[in-house]
Amino acid sequence: MTGIRASRGQSARPPDEVAPAQSADVVGQRGQRGEAAASPSPGGTAARPPDDVAGPRPAGRGWDYAPAPESREIVTIAAEYGLFLDGTFSPAADGREFPTINPATEEPLARVALAGPADVDRAVAAARQAYEQVWGSMPGAERAKYLYRIARILQERAREFAVLESLDNGKPIRESRDVDVPLAAAHFFYYAGWADKLEYAGIGGASGAGMTGGDGGASRTGVAGGTGGASRTGVAGGTGRGMAPRPLGVAGQVIPWNFPLLMAAWKLAPALATGNTCVLKPAETTPLTALLLAEVCQQADLPPGVVNVLTGAGQTGSALVGHPGVNKIAFTGSTEVGKEISRAVAGTGKRLTLELGGKAANVVFDDAPVDQAVEGIVNGIFFNQGHVCCAGSRLLVQESVADIVVERLRERLATLRLGDPLDKNTDIGAINSREQLDKISALSAIGEAEGAQRWSPPCRLPERGYWFPPTVFTGVSQSYRIAREEIFGPVLSVLTFRTPEEAVTKANNTPYGLSAGVWTEKGSRILWMAQRLRAGVVWANTYNRFDPASPFGGYRESGFGREGGRHGLAAYLDA
Amino acid sequence: MGIEQASQVIADRPWLTEVATSDAALRQVLHGLPGVDQVGAEARAASLATRSIKRDAKLWALDTSIRMIDLTTLEGADTPGKVRAMCAKALRPDPADPAVPPVAAVCVYPDLVAVARAELASRGVAIASVATAFPSGRASLAVKLADVRDATAAGADEVDMVIDRGAFLSGRYGQVYEEVRAVREACGSAHLKVILETGELATLDNVARASWLAMLAGADFIKTSTGKVSPAATPPVALVMLAAVRDYAHATGRRVGVKVAGGIRTAKDAIRYLVLVRETAGQEWLTPGLFRIGASSLLNDLLMQRSKQLTGQYAGPDYFTLD
Repeated sequence: MTGIRASRGQSARPPDEVAPAQSADVVGQRGQRGEAAASPSPGGTAARPPDDVAGPRPAGRGWDYAPAPESREIVTIAAEYGLFLDGTFSPAADGREFPTINPATEEPLARVALAGPADVDRAVAAARQAYEQVWGSMPGAERAKYLYRIARILQERAREFAVLESLDNGKPIRESRDVDVPLAAAHFFYYAGWADKLEYAGIGGASGAGMTGGDGGASRTGVAGGTGGASRTGVAGGTGRGMAPRPLGVAGQVIPWNFPLLMAAWKLAPALATGNTCVLKPAETTPLTALLLAEVCQQADLPPGVVNVLTGAGQTGSALVGHPGVNKIAFTGSTEVGKEISRAVAGTGKRLTLELGGKAANVVFDDAPVDQAVEGIVNGIFFNQGHVCCAGSRLLVQESVADIVVERLRERLATLRLGDPLDKNTDIGAINSREQLDKISALSAIGEAEGAQRWSPPCRLPERGYWFPPTVFTGVSQSYRIAREEIFGPVLSVLTFRTPEEAVTKANNTPYGLSAGVWTEKGSRILWMAQRLRAGVVWANTYNRFDPASPFGGYRESGFGREGGRHGLAAYLDA
Repeated sequence: MGIEQASQVIADRPWLTEVATSDAALRQVLHGLPGVDQVGAEARAASLATRSIKRDAKLWALDTSIRMIDLTTLEGADTPGKVRAMCAKALRPDPADPAVPPVAAVCVYPDLVAVARAELASRGVAIASVATAFPSGRASLAVKLADVRDATAAGADEVDMVIDRGAFLSGRYGQVYEEVRAVREACGSAHLKVILETGELATLDNVARASWLAMLAGADFIKTSTGKVSPAATPPVALVMLAAVRDYAHATGRRVGVKVAGGIRTAKDAIRYLVLVRETAGQEWLTPGLFRIGASSLLNDLLMQRSKQLTGQYAGPDYFTLD
C-alpha cells in the first residue's frame, strides 16, 4: 500500500535526487492492489549498545502502514433510487435513470432517477404546499426541533454517510469522516439555534438595521434596531410579527459534486431555519448522500414537501432554475454555469445567491512559520484533491524564502498517501469524474507547454478509476493559464513576490475573489493584507478552515451572497 | 572547556561559526529560526494521530516500541532491589515469550548505575543515568559535572542531562550552551541526551530554540522532559523537536536522536509517536539509535497488545509481570 512515500534518503539531499525507492504503489484496492504491504520484520535483534546507532531496521522500505480500510458494509446501497418528492421516493415521471459510479474503481454503485420538467413541477408544487400549509407558518422553535433532530441523526449515522460519500465522490474517508459529515451536522445544529431568534439577527426590522452592523454583533444590532419590544413579547410568536423577517417561499438549490453532503447542509439548514421549503438538486456524479439525507428527513418526521431532492443532470438544474414557482435560487458551482443562471433569473424577481469558482492566492511571507505554512499549502490545494472552490491554487511565496519553502513542500508531498479512498490512511483520493480528470490533465499539459516546471512526487496511480498525482508547477508567471484559470484539481502553481505590495497586487490580479491565505508571524501585516485582499474569506496562518458560524462567499466572478453565520440567514429572508 | 572548543566543533560549517561567540550571536541564530505556529502544529499532530495502524504494521510498531524503551525508575524510594528487578524485566520483558526483544536501556539515578551495571553488563541493554542535578538542574556547574563523572565512572553508557531552564528563559543562551558543551566533554564516550523540560519552556518557539541550542552544543539526543513536570511529552512538542532534528540534519549532515518521556503509558500513545517520527523526521529515525521512549508502565501495555495481536485475545494484567 501507500502511495507516494517518504523519499528523503540522506538528510541533506534535495528531494529530486532521491531514489523513489520501491515506494510508489497504491493504497490497497479490491482487485487492483499494488504490491502487498511491506512485510515488517518484527522481532529482529536485541537492542544494541548505544554506540550502534544503526540498530535493527525494518526490512526493505521501512515501516509501512498495513491497509486499514473502513468497512463499506455499514452502508446499504440500493440498486435504484427514486426522486424524493413530497416526503416519499418515486421514480421519474418518464422513468428515466442514470448511473452513478465509484470514481476510484469505475464500478457502478446505483441507478438514480433522472428528473425531468414534470418532476420539477411536482417538486415545486409539493414545496409550495408545504410552505403555505405547514412550514412557513410554523413557529421557529418548532422548526428548530426538526433541524436539531436531523443534526443528531446525521451524527448517529455519521459512519454511514462518510463511507457513502467516499464511495460516490472518491474523497478519502479521513476527510469525509473528519470534515464533511461533522461539519454538515454542525451546520444543522447552528441554524437550528437561529430558527426562533430571527428577530435578533439584525436583518430587516423597522430601523433597517442591516448586515452592516458588524461581525459578531448579531443580537446587539438586532436590539439596537428597535426590535427590543418584539423580543420581550414575541418569543412565542416567532414569525408573524411585524418586526420579524419573513421567509421567501420555495428555494431551488443546485449544489456541486465536491462536498455533496456538506453543500446540501449549507443550503438546506439556513433555508429551513428561516421558514423556506426546498427543492435540492445534487450534482449528477454524486447524488447518493443527498438521497440518504432525504431518508434522514423522513426519519426525522420532517413534514412532506419541506425538503425535496431531484436527482439529475444540467437540464434538471435549468428546469428548476427556470421554474416560475421558485422564489429563490441558490447555486454553488462553476462560474460559467453561474453566469447562465444569472441570465436566466434576471428580471424574474427571484432572489439569487451564487457561490462560484476561485483562484485563490496563498501568500507566504519570509517570516512565516515554515512547517505550518507548508501544511497550510498542502491543506490549501491537496485537500479533497483540490476539488475546492476556495482552494489555495496559487502559492505566492516571498522570493527570499521560495527555495526553502518549495523544497520543504516537495518533501512533504512525498509523504502523501494516494489510493483507496476507504483506507483510513489515505490522504489523496480519486478525481471525481472522467470529465474532471480530462480537464485537469489538459490544463496541466498547457502549463508545461507554457514553460512552467512540472513536478510530482514519485507516485504510482491505480490502474482503474480516475487519478491524478499531486502536482506542483514552479516558474509560473501571472500570464500563464495555470495561474489564471481554475483547475479544480490537485495542481499548485508557485509564483513569487518581493514586497507586500506586490503580493497584494498579484493576489488580486484575478477575476475571482473567493478566498486567500496569509502566512506571517506579524499580526499587523495580517490585518494590512486582509484589508487589501479582494476575497470573501481571508485565512491567516491557516487554510480551508470552516465553521458554521463564519460567513463564506465571494466577490466578483466568485459570486455573491454569504453562506454560514448570521450573514447566511439574509439569503433566505425577505429583509 | 570554553567557547574556543565549542567553536571548533562547528568550524567546518561556516554558517555556524559565529554561533557560540556570545549570547547575542546565539540569540541571533535561535531567534532567526522560523517561528512555530502553535495552532498549526497542534492541528498537524492531531491529524497524524488519526493514522490507523493495523496488523503487521502494528506488530512491527509494538516490537519497535519495546526496543525503543528506556525503562525508567527515578524515585526517591529506589533501591538496589528495585533496580535489579527492573533490569531483569528490561532483558526479558515477557518471560512467557522469548521472542519479545529487550528494551533499549534502563534509566536510573547515578548512585544506582553500578547496581544496573552488575545486572546488565554486556547483555545488550544499555545503562542510562540522569545527571546534572536532575530534575531541577539547580546546582553549580562543578556539581553537575561531578554528577556526570560519577555516573559514567560507575558505568553509564548514556547520560540524560537537564538544561538550565532559568538561564534559557532569561536569555542566557551562552550559559546553557557552555554547560551542554562541558557535560558533553565530561561524558567521554557516553551518549548525551539533553532534557529540555519543555513543560517549563512553555512555547513551541522555545522548544525549537532549545532543540537547536542543544544540538549545536553537541547533544546526541534531545529529550522532552524529566517526567517530573507536567505537561511532559506531548505530540505537538515531539513534532517540533522531530522537525528540528530533521532540519539540523539537513544543515549539518548529523542526525540527532529524539527521546520522548513522561506520561506515555499506552501502546496507542507509543504508536502515535512512531507515526510522528515516520512522517516528520522520516524512516531513518525509526531506530533505537535515534528514537527513544522514556517510560515504565508502557512496557506492560505493549506486551499485552503484542500478545493480543498474536493470539487474537487479551490476557489479563496478571499475565504480565509487575516489577
